[in-house]
Amino acid sequence: MLRKTFENEIQQVKDDVLVLGSMVEKAILDSVEALKKRDIKASERLIREDKEINKKRFEIENKLMVLIATQQPMAHDLRLLASCMEIISELERMGDYAKGIANINLRMGDMPLLKPLIDVPRMARIGVDMLHEALTAFVNEDIEIAKSIPVKDDEVDALYNQVYRELMTFVIQDPKTIERANWLLWVAHNLERVADRVTNICERTIFIATGEMEEIKSTDDEFWQQQPHQN
Amino acid sequence: MATNNNSNHKYVIETRDLDIFYGSFKAVTGVNMNVERHKITAIIGPSGCGKSTLLRAFNRMNELYAGTSIQGQVMFEGEDIYAPQVDPVEVRYRIGMVFQKPNPFPKSIYENIAWTARIHGYKGNMNELVENSLRQAALWDEVKDKLHQSGLSLSGGQQQRLCIARAISIKPEVILMDEPASALDPIATLKIEELMQEIKKSYTIVIVTHNMQQAARASDYTAMMMLADRQARSGTVIEFDETNRIFTNPKDKRTEDYVTGRFG
Repeated sequence: MLRKTFENEIQQVKDDVLVLGSMVEKAILDSVEALKKRDIKASERLIREDKEINKKRFEIENKLMVLIATQQPMAHDLRLLASCMEIISELERMGDYAKGIANINLRMGDMPLLKPLIDVPRMARIGVDMLHEALTAFVNEDIEIAKSIPVKDDEVDALYNQVYRELMTFVIQDPKTIERANWLLWVAHNLERVADRVTNICERTIFIATGEMEEIKSTDDEFWQQQPHQN
Repeated sequence: MATNNNSNHKYVIETRDLDIFYGSFKAVTGVNMNVERHKITAIIGPSGCGKSTLLRAFNRMNELYAGTSIQGQVMFEGEDIYAPQVDPVEVRYRIGMVFQKPNPFPKSIYENIAWTARIHGYKGNMNELVENSLRQAALWDEVKDKLHQSGLSLSGGQQQRLCIARAISIKPEVILMDEPASALDPIATLKIEELMQEIKKSYTIVIVTHNMQQAARASDYTAMMMLADRQARSGTVIEFDETNRIFTNPKDKRTEDYVTGRFG
């Protein structure tokens, strides 16, 4: 094997991406759990920990830069390293969504939740499961799995739709609930975005394996097209 | 050979089932490749796979070595350059060559170009030709005040550009380059690569290089050569594609292994 050292370094980068991924998975689940329990301390901790996620991302980015500059990767190696650059950026943004949810918990102050959280934790669970599978598919370069994951985005979208309608009924009944409904809607929106970004990771995995850049059709587009205009 | 600089052929050089022999030893097997006009085509591959042999077949330079022969065809502007009525000297006049080691004549910088042009029957304004050739080779500014010094007094990189100027002076259609930068430092190498980008507007270039990064940086198309048959030790083109494709998503596993540094 001519490039043992380089191969080890590539493996190290993949491991680092997985570590970053697991930090993000935990942050998303914890942020929803803290909100559910209205645990302010936990949310404050999550906001601090987001800095660790950002730090890890920059650390990986730096390693990637050094590898690209010093090893002149080509073909599959190049696609992998360039895609890692994209993937860590997606992960960092997902971390920001978790931080956003933590911030909402802080901003809600003493106000109670408008309703007990049921669908929102489900959205978080599905999103995190999707992310976990996507990262496994990335490591194994499994195209079939990478293509199948974005389908689950439909479930997240359906839940988001459901949360939206439910919150609207509260608002219609009592306009004073607008602010609290809005906060929960933002939480659901953040989680919906997590699932979308998982799709981007799956697209990168397919690119690494095949060299073909193809957009996985987002059901998200259909979702917005289906919404009737309301005046 | 008919002179047809404005040929309708898309490809300047085409090979058809080209085999190249040194005596009974078949060094290159079954090459079918097309060289596109005003593009830079790189030939890469591990040592001993026949890159230079293939390049030299493009202007019948191999015949200067005893016992070489070919089967198949090399078409230049649609004409078989190995056809019996073709004069190999004219082929080499229209398809010039630059070698690995700079080889200026032991004459002045001026005469390196003027002498070459006179031999080829140039009757026009010699000062103008020398200046234009040196300008095209991006050497004029460095040598304009010492045109009558020996070509051998120049640095390696300058000597190589003088050789390119000399090749250009007789207005070839194609310039073959056999490892033109392998004896040069990185700056001189980049100057040659920049020069290639400039002159490809007027000429078609085929370059053999050991340096994959050079092929990646400087060429439009890349031919990947490798031994087709380990026992026969005969090389062939295993993949030919746009350079961007060869270095980001090659089709052949052996190309992938070579360009990623896992074989060679």
